[in-house]
Amino acid sequence: MPPPGFRLDLLWAVPALPLLGFVGNGMLALTRPKAKTAVSIIGVGVLVLSFAAAVAAVAGFVRLHPAAPLVFRYWEWMPVGDLRVDYALELDYLSAVMILVVTGVSALIHVFSVGYMGEDPGYARYFAYLNLFVFFMLTLVLGSSFPVMFVGWEGVGLCSYLLIGFWFNEKINADAGLKAFVVNRIGDFGFLVAMFLIFRHTGSLDFDAVFAQAPTAFTAGDAAITATTLLLLLGCTGKSAQIPLYTWLPDAMQGPTPVSALIHAATMVTAGVYLVARCNVLFALSPLSSATVAGVGALTALFAATIALKQWDIKRVLAYSTISQLGYMFLGVGTGAYAAGLFHLVTHAFFKALLFLGSGSVIHAMHHAYHATHSHEDAQDLRNMGGLRHHLPWTAGLMWIATLAIAGIPPFSGFFSKDEILGAAFARGTAEPIWLAYWVMGIAAALLTAFYMTRLMLYAFHGPNRTGEAERAHLHEAPWSMTGPLAVLGLLSFAGGVINVPALFGGHAFLHRWLAPVTAVADQMHPEVALPAGVEWTLVAAAVLVAGLGIFGAVRLLRLEAPVPARVAPPERGFARVLWKKWYVDEVYDAIIVRPIQWLSREVLWKTIDARLVDGVMVNGSAATVRVFGWVGSRLQTGQVGSYVLLFVGGVLLVLWAALR
Amino acid sequence: MLLAPALFVSAVLFTLGVGGVLLRRNAIVIFMCVELMLNAVNLTFVALAQQLGVAGQLFVLFVMAVAAAEAAVGLAIILAIYRHRHTVNLQNINLLKG
Repeated sequence: MPPPGFRLDLLWAVPALPLLGFVGNGMLALTRPKAKTAVSIIGVGVLVLSFAAAVAAVAGFVRLHPAAPLVFRYWEWMPVGDLRVDYALELDYLSAVMILVVTGVSALIHVFSVGYMGEDPGYARYFAYLNLFVFFMLTLVLGSSFPVMFVGWEGVGLCSYLLIGFWFNEKINADAGLKAFVVNRIGDFGFLVAMFLIFRHTGSLDFDAVFAQAPTAFTAGDAAITATTLLLLLGCTGKSAQIPLYTWLPDAMQGPTPVSALIHAATMVTAGVYLVARCNVLFALSPLSSATVAGVGALTALFAATIALKQWDIKRVLAYSTISQLGYMFLGVGTGAYAAGLFHLVTHAFFKALLFLGSGSVIHAMHHAYHATHSHEDAQDLRNMGGLRHHLPWTAGLMWIATLAIAGIPPFSGFFSKDEILGAAFARGTAEPIWLAYWVMGIAAALLTAFYMTRLMLYAFHGPNRTGEAERAHLHEAPWSMTGPLAVLGLLSFAGGVINVPALFGGHAFLHRWLAPVTAVADQMHPEVALPAGVEWTLVAAAVLVAGLGIFGAVRLLRLEAPVPARVAPPERGFARVLWKKWYVDEVYDAIIVRPIQWLSREVLWKTIDARLVDGVMVNGSAATVRVFGWVGSRLQTGQVGSYVLLFVGGVLLVLWAALR
Repeated sequence: MLLAPALFVSAVLFTLGVGGVLLRRNAIVIFMCVELMLNAVNLTFVALAQQLGVAGQLFVLFVMAVAAAEAAVGLAIILAIYRHRHTVNLQNINLLKG
């Protein structure tokens, strides 16, 4: 336990406050769903307090500046034989960053939700789920052992499911929630098995013990550690929407837009990156797994970026963009540049939350316009927008900041983080050429990122308006409760890079040094490759050039007069159709996985094994057998005393014969 | 000694009793056949008591006492059945069946 007086004992309040909010809002949702003011006060209030508690805890942590992580044990959870798992929270340099980002961004998005969801009949239920999500997310990042983390891991999955299917009256939304849940189960299976392997080899599940013993318990590069880390990676690909388990994230956009911003952009989907960074010792022990993590990340970054080029739904573009940016983070942590990956996680949380909330503001305005004229057009389709900057000037300006940040234009935050990841990949490539291929993929993805984001902005906010004559008068900027959080996020997207300005630009690489104790062992095993300053400047120039080229290309190539409203738009043709159809990945998965499993379930498991074997042979079969015996037995009961006596005498004679034989 | 003829008579009496129970329909006759079997057993007891001691003769007294009680209860049941069904033919009394 740390010495008193450092406000560190407030740490438990960080996750407990959102849980309290969940209980309060949950009770209101059940008893008084109309009490919107109370719901807003509870929902937003607990988050603000939680953020304050997190700041206080981290401030105390900074003053204490401990060498080892601070572990707070609250109660004994699972004492089973040799295994002892406590419900314990751990504050270290990594989780300190995470709780600040999670509570900070969550608080902003809660404020935004007050405006966005204000007219929804499920308002109280929405805030109850949202608070519960924050509780589980904080459990995930603060847990001091794999099982506690897993509770948070599953809990955020549950809340994700509940919030994707928030408007469950429509089947498409409920299906999307189910898809997210089922796909995540595949990843969770990997996480669980990895946990068993870790316990088998190290005899513990506490982070401290596992990471302290890992270098001796495992032989570097052998099958056990590789299997463990690859299974962990499987869990990460599910939660963080990487190839091959990314397909649920675009569908998850069926949920309310603030949910997409909070869960499916800023926090939950980064859990995989956090897990890899947390287990950096394990991944450093297995070069193959590290290369796989980086490879999956680079491939996903490029692949998802190509799909984003031809999507028309504003939120789907952002969904594929999120997948792509998560790929960058995996490239970073797989390369061993954990600080760079975490840095991108933080800046991405800012600018992607801003982009999603901005799109929410746009959808809000579009929806109101269509609602006012009783039109049933798609409020999320870019082809129905255009010229919105005249109606939503704040949203347009702030989203441009986020676009420049995600494209990697200096001095916006995304430039620093993305550049550091690409620089680290290139540096590793000087020793291991495969990383050069990853670097090329990352650069190509950066080009596409700049292009598709500029495309989104141009089609939504510039050119002629395609919303409709009657609707145009109803397009308005959102209330302050929505634009306020956007402005704060805009500031963070612009200036977020200051937390880790590299030495190349005269900075102090603050985040890098802050995280150094966490990744010390891994850094020792794979020392960072330092590039000459000239090469670094060339890399920076190349990255900026590529980003500029993407934006310039979009501005020059796209004809803003070309799109027609979605209702009358012709279908895409040629290669554009392949991209529009997302490389037909969903169709392929459907054909080779979903349909065979459905067939197996229906024809074999249900109709054969369940209906015939279990119901037919076992249940009804045993009943029929008993009935046959009963029928035979009842035939003996004739009611004729004489026949009973006859049998009795026969029996006596039989016994006599047997006895005297 | 007359042991062998006595046992032979006893066996014949017992077989007659069993045959009667199996073949006759009238409840009174069946009842009498049961008594016949009991008395066949009594005869065996008495005959063997000469060699094996007085216990056999004692058992005969027990059997006779039980038989008397059984006769009282059995006849009462048959009488009750007759009052209900106006017959003591066991073929017609077959309500208790599967």
